[in-house]
This record gives sequence, structure tokens and C-alpha cells, in this order.
Amino acid sequence: MIRATLTIAGKDLRQRVRDRSAIILAVLVPLGMAFIMSLTLGPVADSSFSTEVVVSDADGGPVATGFISMLSTVAGDGAITVDTAPSADEARAAVAGGSASTAYLIPDGFSEAATSPSPAALGVVIDPDQPIGALVGEALADGYVARVNAVRLAVATAIALGADGDPASMAGRAATIPDPVTLAGPETEGRGFDYSTFYAQGITVFFLFFTVQFGILSIIEEREEGTMPRLVVSPIPASSILLGKLLASFVMGVASAVVLWLATTVLMGARWGAPIGVIALILAGIAAAMGLTAAVAGFTRTTEQAGSITAFMVVVLGILGGTFFPVTRVSGAFTALSRLTPHFWLMEGLGRLSAGETLADVLPAIGAVLAFALVTGAVGLLHVRDLVRYR
Amino acid sequence: MADPVLACTHLRKVYGDLVAVNDVGFSIAAGETYGLLGPNGAGKTTTISMIAGLLDKDGGTAVVDGTEITTRSTAAKAAIGLVPQDLAIYPDLTARENLRFFGKLYALGTDLDRRVDEVLEIIELTDRADDRTGEYSGGMKRRLNIGIGLLHEPKLLILDEPTVGVDPQSRNAILENVERLGAHGMAVLYTTHYMEEAERLCDRVGIIDGGSIIAEGTRRELVESIGGRDRLHIEVKSDPGALIPRITALPDVESCTATPHSIEVVATDGSRALPDVVFSIRDAGVGVQSVEVSEPDLESVFLHLTGKALRE
Repeated sequence: MIRATLTIAGKDLRQRVRDRSAIILAVLVPLGMAFIMSLTLGPVADSSFSTEVVVSDADGGPVATGFISMLSTVAGDGAITVDTAPSADEARAAVAGGSASTAYLIPDGFSEAATSPSPAALGVVIDPDQPIGALVGEALADGYVARVNAVRLAVATAIALGADGDPASMAGRAATIPDPVTLAGPETEGRGFDYSTFYAQGITVFFLFFTVQFGILSIIEEREEGTMPRLVVSPIPASSILLGKLLASFVMGVASAVVLWLATTVLMGARWGAPIGVIALILAGIAAAMGLTAAVAGFTRTTEQAGSITAFMVVVLGILGGTFFPVTRVSGAFTALSRLTPHFWLMEGLGRLSAGETLADVLPAIGAVLAFALVTGAVGLLHVRDLVRYR
Repeated sequence: MADPVLACTHLRKVYGDLVAVNDVGFSIAAGETYGLLGPNGAGKTTTISMIAGLLDKDGGTAVVDGTEITTRSTAAKAAIGLVPQDLAIYPDLTARENLRFFGKLYALGTDLDRRVDEVLEIIELTDRADDRTGEYSGGMKRRLNIGIGLLHEPKLLILDEPTVGVDPQSRNAILENVERLGAHGMAVLYTTHYMEEAERLCDRVGIIDGGSIIAEGTRRELVESIGGRDRLHIEVKSDPGALIPRITALPDVESCTATPHSIEVVATDGSRALPDVVFSIRDAGVGVQSVEVSEPDLESVFLHLTGKALRE
């Protein structure tokens, strides 16, 4: 029986290797997508992210100088590079031309207004085509404005309470007092998020469900091509035909996932985390994909029909399960639905592993995926077994 | 008589209200080619599917090489080679790969390569053995289809209409292959709705219609069963009238009539009667110009038994 199973699996794999569409779908397309996403998301995912800001200072006062000094400090960390523009128009032009994500327009009299009851306004111009850079630029301005407002509030409070002295020097002292409350972190809880890793894992999980279908659907193909009677009349148990098909599916799934795992690590710098955990999740994912395909194959009669239904289900489950975007950032019914998909649990588990967690931490995810595999597999195999016969 | 390679009795298959096969029984000895002759839909494929263990029987038994065959049989199926009506080969694989794959399923082991080469030789595909079969002509595919059935040297080879849709040249090659199989001691079950194929290949023929075997025997037995007689038409150079009593008295001759330049003989066995008839004419000093032997064929038998033609 084992010999027959291996013979059938070997034949199927040989056919699939010759059938270039299978290789294209299993390896080349996902690799291509991973590469493209790496190119487009690379700058975002890159930990050395930096954005260009430009400052036009028509004031030159102490508050304006303090702002520029703060920007210079941030620039020292590499998050931004700061350029100066001689006029507000030229600063705006830099943003309009895309060379800067944010322009700060400090008007004449800004410092004086900031230290008097008069309102002061720091102009901020952002480039919508550089959303993350613009967010960073806006956040820096917000932070500084909040701090200036806090100092002004402190000085005003001191004067109101009868303090003597020059408001400017009081403001200077207030500015040097350390903040009583600061943010610790932020830290990521349970998972680290980087786009390269997320899309590498998403693509791998998504295409895994396509790759695995080839082996099981070949049962229907054998019937269509008339070779099933020849298999059934040969002196082997019918179960070895089924096992051979499942084994071919399994090997293709493993090969595809491992190729993508290694390739995305090298090409995209994806961090998959503990290999033992990744392997366990991939194997569970293959079992789920085989179960799903078997369930579909059991209720269809042609490879076209089975292929179409499987493709539809894989895409829907892939979207629901968060292989295209992180569903942990979505709430409501969508989240509840996504938890019913093996894709969600695979992405959850892989996300945890890439954040440094261990196999033990992803066991619940593996359990959920295997539960899906068990249910769909049981339903599918009951029906697929009937396909391994003459008519 | 030695035990037959195939002995089936009272085979029955029912689909809902349709009785596809009813009380079919026959046996085939080693080296014998048995033809199951009948029109499309007569029950031929259903019958052989039960014999091959592809279909569950609703009644009866099929014993191959001493073992009852069911759909759950495994080892016993090794005695059977099946050539399905539809092509059953993998177009992505070469002929050699197809043969090796099925050879492995039949556990040919160390004999595998030798048998693959032998079969490639038999089906005359040695020089195209390593080409993908998807690139083959229809006839080449048909030959490979048969080759796979022969590969493990089965005791019983079942061929289900192997020449359907085949060009005349390939068809002849297939028939020549089948003719050689009986000579090698293989029992062959050959289904066809081509009367000429059954007459050419089969030692015995079972005529099947409406799911039942309505007549069985050698071609001659079948023809005789409906009173069919051979006819000898002999063209002569002079009036043969005086020869009539002499020819009529010959063994196997039932009657004889003459015209000024021909003799018409009705014989129970034309091929046996022919030499005596020709010698009698020659001995009488009458020159023979031509001889034509016409035998009643299985088409006539089928028509007689069912009232319809084989290909209706």
C-alpha cells in the first residue's frame, strides 16, 4: 500500500512539475507578488524610515528657534532631515514638488505672540502623497505647540498666583522643568508589525491554499481523463489512490511554503521567527488547505467546477482571514467572521512568531487551524472517497 | 478441460428500473479469445466492468484465475489486464513513463524495465517511447492504451472496443496485436460492435443484446444455429450440367445448381467442401475460371436473432 501510495504521489508530482501552470501558481506568482510588495512597501517597512521637512522662519525669536532646535534634535535620530527655506512660498513649493513631506511656516511675531495673550499660529503644510511623512511632521508640530502652550499656562498660572518676575525668564525656567508624566514605549504587545513580514506571510498563506488543491483535484481529473478505471482495476487498495493524491498535495504545499519562506526572508528581509513554530503552522495550514479542497472536490464533478469554487473560497477566506490586510485593526462582525477562517489563525500565529514568540505561544492558533482541517477534511474525505471508483 | 481463466455466471446489474445486465454467463479458457458482440448499449461495458471489479454486481459471480472478483478485490486483480474503451493514458507523461507507472502499481519489480521495453516493441512505439503521449497520433495512443493492459502479462485481458475511432491502418495493427495474444496463452475478452472484428479475432462469440447473451458459440455454430449455409459460386469454361449429381453427392454439400457457365453449391461447411468440389469439376475436364466462397456472417445471425442490425 505504501509503495502504491508513493508511486501515485510521484506520478502526480511529475505531472505537476510538467504542468507549468501549477509551478507558476505555487511559486512564481507568489514570489513575484512578494517582490513587488517588497519594492512598494520597502520604504515603509524599512526601520530606517526618514522624511524631509522644510522650515521657513520669518520670526527668528526664541520660540521659533526652540522649535527649530527641537527639529534638529529629532533629525539627529535620523527620523527626519530638516531643510530651511528663505520664504513661506518656497517652503510650500518644496512640499508641492514632493521634495518635503511637511513645511513649517513660522510667521513674523510668532515668538512675541507666544509669550503674550495674543494668539500665535504655526503654519503646517503637508504632502498627501507622503502620508506617513506628513503624519510624522504634523505630530512633531503638535508636540511642540502643546509644550509651548503648557509653558504659557504655567507662567500665566504663576502670575495669577502673585509671582513676581519677568514672564520671559519664568517661561525659560518652566521650559526646563522635566515633564511630570511621560509615555513609556510604545511597546508592541505580542506581535511586531512590519509590512515586509506581514505581506510575506500573507502571500504564503494565501497561495498555500491554491497550491495544495492540485493534488486532490487530480482525483476528478483522473475521472475526466479516463485513467481512474485503470487505477481502480490495478491490484492496489482504493485508499492508496486517495493517500497518493493527498501526499502529492502535501508535498506541493510544503515545497511552495518553504520556497516562499526562504525567498521572502532573503528578498524582502521578512522575519518569520522561530523555525519550528513556522514549520508547525505551515503543516497545519497545509492540512487545512487539504481539508478545504477535499470538501469542495467532494461536492463537484469537474475540475473546472472544483477549481472555480476553490478559488472563490480561497479568495474570500484570504480576505476575511487577513492575508491582504491586518484584520486585527478591524472590528465588529468582520473580526468575528475572520476568526472562523484558518487564514486568520495562521496569520495570528505567524505574526506572534515574527514578534519573537515561541511554538508554545502559537499552539492555540495551530489548534484552531487543525480544527478547521479536521471538520472540512472529514466532510470532504467522506465524499472524495466515492470519487475513487469507476463511475 | 482445464479450469477456465474466466468463469462468470448469472451476472446481473440493475440501475433503478433498468436491468443493464441480466443473467449473463460465459467462460474463457487460456489462449482463447472470446468476443462479446452487441450494439451500443447492449450491456457489454457493464458486463466487463463487473468482471474487472470496477462495478459492484447485483447478482452472479465472476471468477478469474480461480478467485472471485469484487470491487474490493486487490491482489486478485493482478490477473486482469484492462484496456478501457476511452483512452486511459497520461498525456503529460511519455509512453515509457506511463508504462513504468502502471508497471509499478502491478509490482513488476526487477522485471519492470524488461517488460516496458518488450511492450514498447510489441506496440511499435520504441522509437517514440520518450515523447510525451500528448503529442502522439490517435492510433499511437490507442496502441499505448493496449500496451498498458498487456504490461503485467495478465491471465485475462479485457479489451473494451479498442478500435473505436481508430484509422484503418492503426485498427489493423491493433487487431494483429490481439491475434498474437491468444497465441501466447492469454485469455482475451474482446467487446465490439464490429462484426468483422469478432469474426476475425474470436474463437467464440457471445451475442449480447438488451443486457442478455442471446446466443453463444463459434462463428460456425452461431451460423448453423440459424440454419445458415455457405455458398460456393464457381465460374467454369464449359457447361457443367452433367456434374450436378456428382457434386451433390459430395460430403458437406447440400445442393447444387448450374447455369451454362457457373455452378452454385450450398454447403454446410464451404471451406471443407471446396477442395472436393473443385477436384470433381477438374476430373470431369471442365475448366475453372474463378471460385468465390460466401459464408453467412454474424451480422446475419444478429439480424436473425434480434430483427435489427448490429449498428442500429
